[in-house]
Amino acid sequence: MENLISLFVESIFVNNILLAYFLGMCSFLAVSKRVDTAIGLGLAVIFVEVITVPVNWALNHYLLAPGALSWAGLPDVDLSFLSFISFIAVIAALVQLVEMVIDRYSPSLYSALGIFLPLIAVNCAILGASLFMVEREYTLTESAVFGLGSGVGFLLAIAAMAAIREKLRYSHIPEGLRGLGITMLITGLMAMAFMSFSGISL
Amino acid sequence: MSILSKKDMGFLKDPLMDNNPIATQVLGICSALAVTVQLQTAIVMSLAVIAVVSISNVLISLIRNKVPSNIRIIVELAIIATLVILVDQVLKAYLYDISKQLSVFVGLIITNCIVLGRAEAFALQNKPWPSFLDGVGNGLGYSMILIVVAFGRELLGSGTLFGIQVIPDAAYAAGYQNMGLMVLAPGAFILLGLIIWVQRTLTGTVAD
Repeated sequence: MENLISLFVESIFVNNILLAYFLGMCSFLAVSKRVDTAIGLGLAVIFVEVITVPVNWALNHYLLAPGALSWAGLPDVDLSFLSFISFIAVIAALVQLVEMVIDRYSPSLYSALGIFLPLIAVNCAILGASLFMVEREYTLTESAVFGLGSGVGFLLAIAAMAAIREKLRYSHIPEGLRGLGITMLITGLMAMAFMSFSGISL
Repeated sequence: MSILSKKDMGFLKDPLMDNNPIATQVLGICSALAVTVQLQTAIVMSLAVIAVVSISNVLISLIRNKVPSNIRIIVELAIIATLVILVDQVLKAYLYDISKQLSVFVGLIITNCIVLGRAEAFALQNKPWPSFLDGVGNGLGYSMILIVVAFGRELLGSGTLFGIQVIPDAAYAAGYQNMGLMVLAPGAFILLGLIIWVQRTLTGTVAD
């Protein structure tokens, strides 16, 4: 239990998927202009991460990893080279499925998240979390906690960024630095602030 | 006669400066920064991306009239993912140490916006040869930024280039210190912000 809490806190602050590993930068830059849309995207990312990371864990554990097929009498088969294509297929299919379910049962949530869901299928943060899960050999519970933590970390970072950018509109910025340039500099400062959490150990 | 017509050169050269995928179109930053602590990994990553973008552009351009448009994203992703698997296997076979350092970031070429972005924006409307040039050009534009950032980070952060020490011992003896920040994530963000500033001032691009 204790290591799950520390994994959760670590994946939000110290190893923030966006600020420490640079994953999900494209949508981070594109959708951080307004706070409410940023929060919408952040929630959608949490939602998809919590589902895809454990599903990909099961896929990896029972089908792809070396020796994973021993339950089918094929202990020597190693399908790990297929992990990229199967993970991305799982993510794309799940995003589509989630979109249909939300559309059916919660039209208000759909209208809030709807436009972001297709974007998320190609969000590096989602695929990245699944690949990290394999590389760091998490268990099923750990991977669910890690998915939740990295989603929350993404939400935190993008909401903070959107808030800063809303204020930034009133400031006088040199011409070439406007837009992407200043956003990168602020992201750098934010990453520095998040790094100060790295001294904390639970 | 040169092999490349003037128009072809345009496909190749335009993404390098005026229409750089990272600095102007804001594509592909995701994986651009994580591999730039050292020049060596940055160059290997660049080659991998150039290979994937150019080949996927050619393949997608070849099938552009055969694929129904409502399933094209899935088809494109399947093609890109297959190419990335090939690149990953080649790296594991011939450059095992570097492939270990790149860790998950080779796999993340699949979701690199440049690859899908060029497929959608260019390869779907153009013939294979221009698509190939466009892929190589965009790959090179991406590589250029990656290599400049990696150069700065390795030089300032570790005092080395390609792992060879370039800052003389005398400088360290006189009190020079490596900038630890450059090795960490914030250094990459700040360096890229400054590069974008320079690039936009040179090309005169102004964001709204």
